[in-house]
Amino acid sequence: MKKTEIDKNNVLLETKNLTKSFGGIHAIEDVSLYINKAMINALIGPNGAGKTTLFNCITGFYPPTKGRILFNDEDITGLKPHQITETGMARTFQNIRLFAEMTVMENVLTGSQCRYRMNILSAILNDKRTRDEEREISKRALKYLRFTGISKFANHISRNLSYGDQRRLELARALATEPKLLLLDEPAAGMNSNETKGLMELIRKIRDEDITILLIEHDMRMVMNIADTITVLDHGIKIAEGTPKEVQKNEKVIEAYLGRRRQTA
Amino acid sequence: MMQDIKKWAIGSLWLFILTIPFLGIINGLYLLVSLIALAILYLIYKSFEQGISDIQYKIFQLSIPSIRWPLYSVIAILVIILPFISDPYITNVGTSALTYIVLALGLNIVVGFAGLLDLGYVAFYAVGAYFYALLSIKAGLSFWAVLPLSAIMAAIFGILLGFPTLRLRGDYLAIVTLGFGEMIRITLNNWDSLTGGPNGILGIRGPDMLGLSFSQPYHYYYLIIIIGIFTVFVVNRLNNSRIGRAWIAIREDEIAAEAMGINIVKMKLLAFALGAFFAGMAGAFFAGKMKFVSPESFTFFESVIILCMVVLGGMGSILGVILGAVVLIILPESLRGFQNYRMIIFGGAMAAMMLFRPQGIIGNIKRRLELHPEDEKILKQETESLYDVEKR
Repeated sequence: MKKTEIDKNNVLLETKNLTKSFGGIHAIEDVSLYINKAMINALIGPNGAGKTTLFNCITGFYPPTKGRILFNDEDITGLKPHQITETGMARTFQNIRLFAEMTVMENVLTGSQCRYRMNILSAILNDKRTRDEEREISKRALKYLRFTGISKFANHISRNLSYGDQRRLELARALATEPKLLLLDEPAAGMNSNETKGLMELIRKIRDEDITILLIEHDMRMVMNIADTITVLDHGIKIAEGTPKEVQKNEKVIEAYLGRRRQTA
Repeated sequence: MMQDIKKWAIGSLWLFILTIPFLGIINGLYLLVSLIALAILYLIYKSFEQGISDIQYKIFQLSIPSIRWPLYSVIAILVIILPFISDPYITNVGTSALTYIVLALGLNIVVGFAGLLDLGYVAFYAVGAYFYALLSIKAGLSFWAVLPLSAIMAAIFGILLGFPTLRLRGDYLAIVTLGFGEMIRITLNNWDSLTGGPNGILGIRGPDMLGLSFSQPYHYYYLIIIIGIFTVFVVNRLNNSRIGRAWIAIREDEIAAEAMGINIVKMKLLAFALGAFFAGMAGAFFAGKMKFVSPESFTFFESVIILCMVVLGGMGSILGVILGAVVLIILPESLRGFQNYRMIIFGGAMAAMMLFRPQGIIGNIKRRLELHPEDEKILKQETESLYDVEKR
């Protein structure tokens, strides 16, 4: 397999023989992959290929059945989701999961407070240090609202935002945790082509901030356009990886996609 | 509008049919007529509502300090001089209302902030009360020493009972906490050698201060005012802190909260512990005031009443919960003249609230003033510059 684009000296995230089984079914099987720093990496595959399961394993929502996950040369296998967030990983969800009754600002504040201590006594006393930290948290939250272009909605209740802006808010909230790696689960789902274009711009802008991106996407035009490397999963097995061009030519990939298409259509 | 009329019609008819067996047709018709009168009043209110909410919004936006602080001071002065302008009976009702305010604010942490439906909350009230009762009788400790200990003891129970429920949500959590609440009550009822079983514990020492032992109703009234102020202060600070945000995040979406780096196990246990803390404090006060505790005071119905206060006032709103507690204590007391019907009115009022204002009395004040003033300024500039960009 050609791996010209994968540079093993510049790896941010590595999974070693990762397997996740539900009962007897292997949702993902023996997946080993490398995610390079400061690149846009895409994870594609037909429905049910195990992409979201892989995401959930990496971010700690599912404990893997077998295998290891290395992040920034640290073994993070078996850590809880909140611990993984602290190591510098953030994610968004396939179906938007905002704190619906909170304002837009509060949503992002919740993300940006994760780098600060949470202490009952200082919360009750509200001393100078706590107030200073609180100001820092607000500033950071505001920075990411601005970055994603939704700062004008800061005081709106988040459930009232339009769909595209809710997606942006989810991104802002994830960015506010100051991640090194950002995992996006179908960020363009349900967007029109204009919104998708805006989103692609935003994703590139995030990469330019030295944040590595791993995204699941079904919109092939977007993936081929934006991704630096692509990994293809089918039935829980990695069948290909490489640059968009390499993957497009890969016979296994064509088979996985076209074979499926023939069955359904 | 049509929807509301329909709700009223069906609701009134339902109450009419439900109460025929004990009100009889004639009295029932009176009830129906008075409900229709209420409906008309409600419709008049509704038609002005747009105007009213505009006014509310203006007060809210422009003159908050100038309206709110005088209003609060008047209420505060009234509360403080209450024992001097009324009789001991009213003072006792006030004491009871304030006790329930403390309890409801504690439960509000668990249910309103963290979104964990706890139906066994009264158990922590019982733990606080019995802890003081026992230490007072068996060890002769003073009220002041045991008050914080009772609160801490209840908080420990909060963690112990919270721990097994961490993975449960919604209905399942409610059932399990209900079970725990009953377990505590049944234990107290049957552990004769320690708790005196159904006879309870008699002869608990009341609090005293500087040689003055508390004997008058207003002594207790002022004590519970101090406990109440402490509770409001702490709960308010928590609500406006990182911890409060983390709780609300868990209430809104547990999975997303976890992904934001919130340790949900720790935060949920903290909610249970702090909720129980205030119940324990209220419990110790209750035992010191009544000088008698028995399992009868800690039935499931108490949990339900406290939960009603939280829901009626508006989950998560401190002012709302205080109002809810006051209304639910004063309403039944002021209806004592209608002894037989007061529970019907109580139930009817709750049902009406759920139909017409499910978010509670003060449920819908947006928390938009939580932002710091300097942020508001930055945001305003930001907003303006963004609109400028869009115009170009």
